[in-house]
Amino acid sequence: MLNCKEVSLLVSQSRDRRLSWSERWGVRLHLWICEQCRRYQRQMAFFGWLARKLEADPSPMTDAELPPDARARIQQAIEAHRHDGCAGGGHCHSQE
Amino acid sequence: MSGAHQLEPDLWLERYGTYLFRYALSNLRDERLAEDAVQDCLLAALQAQGGYTGQAHERTWLTGILKHKIVDIVRRDSREKPLDTVDLENPYGEFEAGFDETNHWAAELIEWGDPASAFENKVFWQVLEACLAAMPRRLAQLFMLREVVGADTEKVCQEMEITPTNLWTMLYRSRMSLRRCLERNWAGGEETQC
Repeated sequence: MLNCKEVSLLVSQSRDRRLSWSERWGVRLHLWICEQCRRYQRQMAFFGWLARKLEADPSPMTDAELPPDARARIQQAIEAHRHDGCAGGGHCHSQE
Repeated sequence: MSGAHQLEPDLWLERYGTYLFRYALSNLRDERLAEDAVQDCLLAALQAQGGYTGQAHERTWLTGILKHKIVDIVRRDSREKPLDTVDLENPYGEFEAGFDETNHWAAELIEWGDPASAFENKVFWQVLEACLAAMPRRLAQLFMLREVVGADTEKVCQEMEITPTNLWTMLYRSRMSLRRCLERNWAGGEETQC
């Protein structure tokens, strides 16, 4: 029978790899009887919602503006790139 | 090229510059790196225009490219500033102390509630930011790469030249660290004041 410590590691790993059959059953059985670990699992699932939220709108996380000098530099790089005949998806040399 | 959406490269920086920068900054946690990510993304997008099918909205398509560039930049950053030697022998590390001698949780976990209402709360974002800032930079970056950018585990291992086991251990530590920090400073804040 898995303990809470082992389950905490496996629930984290289940977000990064496919658990084996026996790991999955061990975790499932433990979660069935352990309220604390179910709470932990919900906390881990919470992180998944963060991805959607930030992709929709990262402003709550940071309201920083792209600094004007960086904006100008990027604009220049884009124009230089397009002068090289890169616009339109033609063959062009990579930047690095 | 027969989809509903069209690309207007002349307007990318004006339209999406702020969004792309904020998304990159959230994940990379460094203004300079975030600026580089926006530039790399837009230049790569200019080259990749031919492959745009019009299925995705312009911004979604650019965000997809930005995500690849964020992974590249974390890799470059990790070559320049190698990871502090972390003891990965015992996967639990400092979080061992969060469990008692019978390997049960030492303290009761707190229910965080509905993510949507947390995301509307300014305090949540301030605490999240502070928790990520308090974490070793590499752990915070890896957490964001996996949980937010959604980078493939295998790809992260290859790019960062680490074994899957090491990556899983570092991600476990980052999640446990963030979990504990959010609980202490945000979810548990109101209750401990009583």
